[in-house]
Amino acid sequence: MPPIKRTKFKLAPEQLLDMYFWLQLIRAFDLQLSTLVKQGKVRSGVYTGIGQEAIIVGTCFGLRKDDWICPLHRDLGAFLMKGVEPRVMMAQMFAKATGLSKGRDSALHSGVSELGIFGNTSMLGANLPIAAGLALTFKMEKRDNVVVAYFGEGASNVGDFHEALNIAGVQRLPVLFICENNQYAYSVPLEKSMAIDDVADRAEGYGFDGVAINGNDVLAVYQATQGALARARSGEGPTLIECKTYRWHGHSEHDKAFYRTNEELAMWKSRDPIPTFTTYLKGLNILTDDHVNETETRVKATIDDAVEFAMNSSDPDLNDAVTDLYTD
Amino acid sequence: MADLTYIEAIREALIEEMRRDTTVFVLGEDVGAYGGAFGVTQGIYDEFGEMRVIDTPISESAIIGVSIGAALRGYRPVAEMQFADFISCGFDQIVNQAATLRYRYGGRVSVPIVVRAPSGGNVGGGLYHSQNPEAWFIHRPGLKVVAPSTAYDAKGLLKAAIRDSDPVIYFEHKYLYRRAKGPVPEGDEVVPIGVAAVRREGSDATVLTYGAMVTPSLEAADRLAKEGVEVEVIDLRTLMPFDRAAIFASVEKTSRVLIVHEDVKTLGLGAELSAVIMEERFEHLDAPVQRLTYPDTHCPFSHVLEAANLPSADTITEALRRLAAY
Repeated sequence: MPPIKRTKFKLAPEQLLDMYFWLQLIRAFDLQLSTLVKQGKVRSGVYTGIGQEAIIVGTCFGLRKDDWICPLHRDLGAFLMKGVEPRVMMAQMFAKATGLSKGRDSALHSGVSELGIFGNTSMLGANLPIAAGLALTFKMEKRDNVVVAYFGEGASNVGDFHEALNIAGVQRLPVLFICENNQYAYSVPLEKSMAIDDVADRAEGYGFDGVAINGNDVLAVYQATQGALARARSGEGPTLIECKTYRWHGHSEHDKAFYRTNEELAMWKSRDPIPTFTTYLKGLNILTDDHVNETETRVKATIDDAVEFAMNSSDPDLNDAVTDLYTD
Repeated sequence: MADLTYIEAIREALIEEMRRDTTVFVLGEDVGAYGGAFGVTQGIYDEFGEMRVIDTPISESAIIGVSIGAALRGYRPVAEMQFADFISCGFDQIVNQAATLRYRYGGRVSVPIVVRAPSGGNVGGGLYHSQNPEAWFIHRPGLKVVAPSTAYDAKGLLKAAIRDSDPVIYFEHKYLYRRAKGPVPEGDEVVPIGVAAVRREGSDATVLTYGAMVTPSLEAADRLAKEGVEVEVIDLRTLMPFDRAAIFASVEKTSRVLIVHEDVKTLGLGAELSAVIMEERFEHLDAPVQRLTYPDTHCPFSHVLEAANLPSADTITEALRRLAAY
């Protein structure tokens, strides 16, 4: 297990325990979704981020309410950390009237502007120009808010990536570009889609810093994020943080992921971000067995409530198929 | 009311809306100090500065994506595509982001962006500086599409588009920039989206048209009048949502319809108008609905070839004669 370095951004014990809770909740939520797909209770559109939770917790932790995030399709946890209730997210996955989109689209294709959450389409990387637009308004208003935009290493090959990072560099926009490099774009390994090792290297071409870090180390992600946030808030422009990680499940829950070896998966599972962090917290006597049990109970109660709420919610009104296309 | 050219009217609308509402800003290629490839934004940069008149890289997708992001925080961006032809480079942001956001957010969000798209031929522009891509956007639920033909409407429709809460694609015809000139009201006169204009009344046949095809249609109607055929000419102005009431009222009156547009024929707006008229006013028709359009081809660079493709007062006159005699 790789060692975790101490961060220069100090976290109080209760904050570390909070991070621990989020890691557990996000993991449990995704595992529950995976089960619900197998049971046929959730139809499709489930792209779990199991194994990648440290990136979400490390980047979202401590964001302000009026900062914005532009998550990718595996980042359900980012919605939760930014303030969407777990039961609403579950209802969204069940395509119920109580979900974010009234049953109109699956998964994370919806957002909540009041909470600073932009929901992307299935066009990966298409959230990045929009992140630049949000950040441009912060610059116009001379506010010290930031936009945190997520993309995979696969999406860094899309034209929108180039256009967005270029304009963000030119305008020195307060935006963090977080690459979740999980090694595969669906089935295509990164050596078949990139001629370089690190997505972080691409930042240099846009005139700002890029850094590649261990994305399975929540404190390393937090530390890198805090540095980049401080720079963005003080007008020093964007940063690209490439978080090296691995997704345990297939691209979607329907993908058996035969394109990779069991050995590779086992190697990455040995770098599971949660036990790594747990061991660290226990070593500091911050996390006790009582905390572990308490967290488990709280997580289970939250998930159970969310599933019950979603299952008991109504299907959307038939009229909802053809409304809300226009405001005026 | 001062007489303005079409391009001056667009500029005046931008300036007035930017003065009225600080959330309105302009972005695009060369729109800043240079004043735009056609000069639409001339002088605007001097008044409003670089944070409200933003020169962008050659990045159509980012121009539209940035506009959407700003709109989500309450701004009303006006994005310029240097040519409507280049809008294909920003297509995904328009059709998959702007058009769907309200729907997939359960009605909790609006995207008040305007995409200005200088369109149309007869300017020697060739394949990539002459296109009329309006049908792509008419076809996509969630978007509104307008195409003014007069200086008056160029100003009033742009104001309406900027004030509208939904994404509007504003097709401004390049041929009309300095050729269309007419009275334009000073100040706050808005031309509502969704309302057509009857440019000439008539009882024998109806022409449904828009953009640069309005003037040759009116000329054809004048010629037919000398032959005793009174043609009604309707300028649609808004292509989506088009003015069904105005169209049906005219069909009921004349019973004969010719649709004229500069876009190609197959699945152009004419196909939809024709289908709607046949579905809903079939019993009023005395003749099959006719279309006179650009042929299903590209816009050639040669003036001889382009002129052969464009509908003209001559070809519209002939089509109307055939329709009246049916």
